[in-house]
Amino acid sequence: MALSGLFLVVFLTQHFVINMTSVISPATFNSFSHFMGNNAVVQFLLQPILIFGVVFHFVMGFVLELQNRKARNAKYTNYKGSANANWMSRNMILSGIVVLSFLGLHFYDFWVPEMNYKYVEVLPLDPDRYYEELIHKFESPVRVGIYALSFVFLALHLLHGFSSSFQSVGFNNKYSKGLQVFTKAFALLIPLGFVFIALYHHLNAF
Amino acid sequence: MGKLDAKIPQGPLSEKWTNHKSNINLVSPANKRLIDVIVVGTGLAGASASATLAELGYNVKTFCFQDSPRRAHSIAAQGGINAAKNYQGDGDSTYRLFYDTIKGGDYRSREANVYRLAEVSANIIDQCVAQGVPFARDYGGLLDNRSFGGVLVSRTFYAKGQTGQQLLLGAYSAMNRQIGRGKIKMYNRHEMMDLVVVDGKARGIIARNLVTGKLERHGAHAVVIASGGYGNVFFLSTNAMGSNVSAAWKIHKRGAHFANPCFTQIHPTCIPVSGDHQSKLTLMSESLRNDGRIWVPKKLEDAKAIREGKLKPTELAEEDRDYYLERRYPAFGNLVPRDVASRAAKERCDAGFGVNKTGEAVYLDFAAAIERYGKEQAHVKGLDENDAATVKKLGQEVIRAKYGNLFQMYEKIVDQNPYETPMMIYPAVHYTMGGVWVDYNLMTSIPGCYAIGEANFSDHGANRLGASALMQGLADGYFVLPYTIGDYLSNDIRTGTIATDSPEFEAAEKAVADQLNAFVNTKGKNSVDYYHKKLGKIMWNKCGMSRNAKGLKEAIKEIKELREDFYKYVNVPGSTTEFNEQLAKAGRVADFLELGELFAKDALERTESCGGHFREESQTPEGEALRDDKKFTFVSAWEYQGEPAKAKLHKEDLKYEEIEVKTRSYK
Amino acid sequence: MKLTLKVWRQANATASGKMVTYPIDEVSPDMSFLEMMDVLNEQLIQKGEDPVAFDHDCREGICGMCSMFINGEAHGPDRLVTTCQLHMRKFKDGDTITIEPFRAKAFPVIKDLAVDRSAFDRIQQAGGFVSINTSGNTQDANAIPIDKHDADKAFDAATCIGCGACVATCKNASAMLFVSAKVSQYALLPQGKVEATDRVMNMVTQMDEEGFGNCTNTGACEVECPKGISLENIARMNREYLTASVKG
Repeated sequence: MALSGLFLVVFLTQHFVINMTSVISPATFNSFSHFMGNNAVVQFLLQPILIFGVVFHFVMGFVLELQNRKARNAKYTNYKGSANANWMSRNMILSGIVVLSFLGLHFYDFWVPEMNYKYVEVLPLDPDRYYEELIHKFESPVRVGIYALSFVFLALHLLHGFSSSFQSVGFNNKYSKGLQVFTKAFALLIPLGFVFIALYHHLNAF
Repeated sequence: MGKLDAKIPQGPLSEKWTNHKSNINLVSPANKRLIDVIVVGTGLAGASASATLAELGYNVKTFCFQDSPRRAHSIAAQGGINAAKNYQGDGDSTYRLFYDTIKGGDYRSREANVYRLAEVSANIIDQCVAQGVPFARDYGGLLDNRSFGGVLVSRTFYAKGQTGQQLLLGAYSAMNRQIGRGKIKMYNRHEMMDLVVVDGKARGIIARNLVTGKLERHGAHAVVIASGGYGNVFFLSTNAMGSNVSAAWKIHKRGAHFANPCFTQIHPTCIPVSGDHQSKLTLMSESLRNDGRIWVPKKLEDAKAIREGKLKPTELAEEDRDYYLERRYPAFGNLVPRDVASRAAKERCDAGFGVNKTGEAVYLDFAAAIERYGKEQAHVKGLDENDAATVKKLGQEVIRAKYGNLFQMYEKIVDQNPYETPMMIYPAVHYTMGGVWVDYNLMTSIPGCYAIGEANFSDHGANRLGASALMQGLADGYFVLPYTIGDYLSNDIRTGTIATDSPEFEAAEKAVADQLNAFVNTKGKNSVDYYHKKLGKIMWNKCGMSRNAKGLKEAIKEIKELREDFYKYVNVPGSTTEFNEQLAKAGRVADFLELGELFAKDALERTESCGGHFREESQTPEGEALRDDKKFTFVSAWEYQGEPAKAKLHKEDLKYEEIEVKTRSYK
Repeated sequence: MKLTLKVWRQANATASGKMVTYPIDEVSPDMSFLEMMDVLNEQLIQKGEDPVAFDHDCREGICGMCSMFINGEAHGPDRLVTTCQLHMRKFKDGDTITIEPFRAKAFPVIKDLAVDRSAFDRIQQAGGFVSINTSGNTQDANAIPIDKHDADKAFDAATCIGCGACVATCKNASAMLFVSAKVSQYALLPQGKVEATDRVMNMVTQMDEEGFGNCTNTGACEVECPKGISLENIARMNREYLTASVKG
C-alpha cells in the first residue's frame, strides 16, 4: 500500500503541475498535454504502470480492509475510536472509495474520450485541442461541485496516507517531525490547488 | 522419614560446588531423551530451569496457572539482581557476597548453599546479557551497578525499576525457544492439584485445566516445584492475586518437609490500605527512605483530627511531630533495617497515632529533603537561598529526578501529590524466606521431587537482602538444579515412560475430584474471600511483625476453627467442569488455612527473635531482636502427620565453618 | 458512588454472549477498577449468581494479565495504566460503564471478560529469543560494550507487558506494536543481530497465521499502550522486514 501510495503521490504531483499550467498559459498546457498523450514512453510504458499502480492500490485497499474486518469477528458494543486515533486514519476506506468513484468519473470525462479519439476513431492529431476540452468540462457547476468534494476527500486520504507511507516503509526518525509537516501541507495544498484550477476555469467561463 | 541429610559435599567451602559437579552422576545425551521432567511454575526459577533442562535434552512439561508463563510474579520485582562481578572495582568478591547474605539472613541459612549462590551469581549476568536482557549501561557502553541496602559495595545490576520483568522475559524467551523446538510442552492455565508418589518416588502430578475444569494425569521421572512464596497467607501482600502455596503444600502433605514457615519479610514502605475493599498492596522502593523522614503526630488528638480530615499534615507544627525512628534510633534514624522500621511503624499505629482513614499509615515526608536540596541548588546557581518559593521549586526538581516514577505511581494510586503533602506508607508482607526443605541438590525429602526459587528455604535464612531473590531464582534454575537433578535421574534411565494408570494416580485423582466436588456442593453462606480475609487478619495481627506466645496460641486455635468453618460454610458457585475462578481460589485458600496454622506453630516454637521473626519475649532492653544461637541455630523442618497441629519437628543443625556467628549490629 | 455496569457475559467459548446490566453502589473512589469488580462479584455470589470471570494477577500494572475494554477503550479512559491501576475516581457518581473483553479473532473469549491470548506466546515461540544455551561459560557480560542510547531504546521496547491492549484497541486488531516491540529489542542489541533475518520473517509469518489484522498506522495502539511503547518500533520492524525480504 505504502509504495503504491507514494507512487501515486508522485503521479498526483506531476498531474497537478500540468493542470496548473492551464491557469498560467494555455499554450504550455496544450504542449504538455500533447506530449503526455502522444509520447510512446508515456503512453505505452508509464500509463500501464500508472494503471497498475491505481488498480493495485485500491484492490489491495479492499483486500486489507476485508482482512482487517475479519480480524475482529465479534464487534464491540462500545468502541471509542476517536479517543486515540483521528478520523482520517480510521476512514481511509471511505475516503478511498470516494476518490475511486471520482476516478471513474474522471476516466469517463477525460481518459475514455481521449482513448476513443486516439485509438478507436483514430482522428487526426490536434496539439491545441486540450485546453478547449478542459474549459468545456468545467462549465457545469454540478461537475465542479463533485470535483471539489472529491478533492476534499483526497485531502483527507492524503492527510493520513502520505505520512503513513513513510512509517510503513520504516522511516521514523528525528526527521519524521519535519516530514510530517511537509506531508500535511502537501495533503492540503495539492487538492486545494486542483479545486482552485477547477473553480478558476468554471468562473472564467462566464 | 529418617534423619535429615542435607548431603553437603565434603571439602573446603570454596571447592564444594566444583568438586560436587565433577563427581555426581550424569545422564548421557541419548538417555536424556528418555526422561521426562515436570516443572510447576514459570517465575525466574521455573522458567530458567525448564529452559535449561530442555536444552540439556530432557523432555520437559511445564505448568503455570496464568494465561502465559511470562506473567509469573517474578515480573514485578523492581530493584535489581546481585552478582559478585566486581565491575566497579570496589573490592567485591564471591566471599563478600556470601558473607553479606549469611549475615543479612541473621545466621539462619545453610553455608554451603549460600556460597554456591554467590559463586554462580556472576554467570547469571553473563547468561542474561547473552540472551539480550537490556540491563542499564553507562555512557561507555558497559553495565551499570547500583548500591543496595545492607552492603558496602555496588553489585546490583538493574534495568530501571523493572529488573524482574526483564530477567523473566529473558528466561521466558529461552523457554519459548524450547517450546518452539517441542522440547518443552507448556501447559498454561493449569494448576497442579497434587503430587503422585509411586514406590516412595515422585512420579507425576494431577493437574487441573482451569479452562475446562478437566483433571489430567501427568507422569514424569522427576517433579520440580517452582511455585514461589506463600505471602498471600496474609491476604494482603505485595504478591500477585494468584500467588499461592498449594503446590508446595501438596508436596508437604505427600512427605516433603516444610522449613521455617514463620520466616517472612515485611517491607516497611508500601502504599497503605485504603479500605476494606483493598485486594493487594503496592511496594514503594526502599530507596525513598534515603531522603524521606518518617513521622506521626505527637498528640493523639492531632492524629484523630488528621484521620477525620480536619487537619492537614502540613499544618502541624514541627514540635507536634514525632519522628519516632530518629527518636528511637538516633544513630541510624530513618535508615534502620527493614524489620526494625516495620515494627516501629506498627507500634505507633497500634498506639493510635496512625494517619489515614484506617489508622494504619505513617508519614514519609520529603519537605526537609526538598528544602535541603533546594538550598544547595540555589547556592550552586547563585540564586537567593532565602527565597522559599525558589528553594522549593529547585528542591522538587531534584526529588523528581531521583524518584519521579515512584512519586507518579503514588499519585495514581492515592490521588495526592507527594511533592506537596507527605506520603503515607505502611509495612506489608512481600517475601517468604521459609519454604520447602531441600538438601544441597535442591531435592526435597521426597526422592525425585525438587523445590527451587522462593518455594524452597535454603539461601536467605531469617531475612533476605535486597536484590537477592532474583539472584537465587535464576541460580537455582539455570545453574544448580539442571546439574544436580542428573545425579538422581541417572538411576532412572531404564525406567521407561511413567504409566499414569497406576493405582497411585487413580487414588490421587479421585481425592482431588472429591475435594473439588465437596467445595461446589457445600453451598454455604460465605464466599472464599470472606475466609481468606479473616485468615489474613489473624495472620497479620498475631503472626505479623511482632509475635508473642499468647497471640500465637490464639492464632493456632482461631485458624483451626476458621478452617473447620470454611469446610462447613464456604460458598463456591458454579461447577467443577468450567472456568471457575472461585473454585480455583477455594483450593488455594484451603491450603493457606493449613499452612497458616503450621506458620503459627513454627513461630511459637522458635522463642528467639531473628531476622524477620520477632518474638516480643526475646528482645534486648532497647527493643532490639535477640537471637538465641545456643538453642536455635537450626532449620525447623516440619513433617506432615495428618494435620498441621501434629506436624513433627526435625532439626537440621546449621554449622558455620567459614563464618564467625556474631550479633547482627547496625550501630 | 453509585454506578451502572454493563458487562459482557458469555458462559464459555462457544456460547453466545450478551451485555448484562448490574447496578452497583458503595463504590469508593479510592478503589481500583478491579476492586470494584471484586465488590460486584461478592454481591453476585451472595445472590447465588455466577460471578464475572476476568483475568488479573499482579494488580500493579506489570504482569499484563488484566484486559478489560472499558467505555470503548482498552484499559479504560486513563492513559499509561492497566485496568488494575485504573481508579474509580476517574468516573463520576451515577455513570454507566460498559465493560467488554478485549476483542479480536486471535483472542477468543474463554468466559465473560477472560480471553485467550496464547497467540502472543506462539509469535514469540516463532523467533522471540536469542539462540543461546545455558552454560555458565558464555562470554563476559562486559565483553561487548553497547551504546547507551541503543541499550535504553532496547529497554523501552522490552518493557512491553504483552497485555494485548494494542490489538484490542486497533480498529484492525493488528498486533504490530506487540511484535515490533520484541523485534526491536533484539534488533537494537548486538546479541540479537545474528538471527535478525530469520527472527523478523518467522515472527511476522506467525503473526499473520494467527489472524491478526494489518497495520494502517492509526496510532491508536501507542496511545492506549499502558507502557507507552512507541510507533518507532513498528517502523523499525518494517525496516527489518524489508531488509530481511530482500536478503531472502
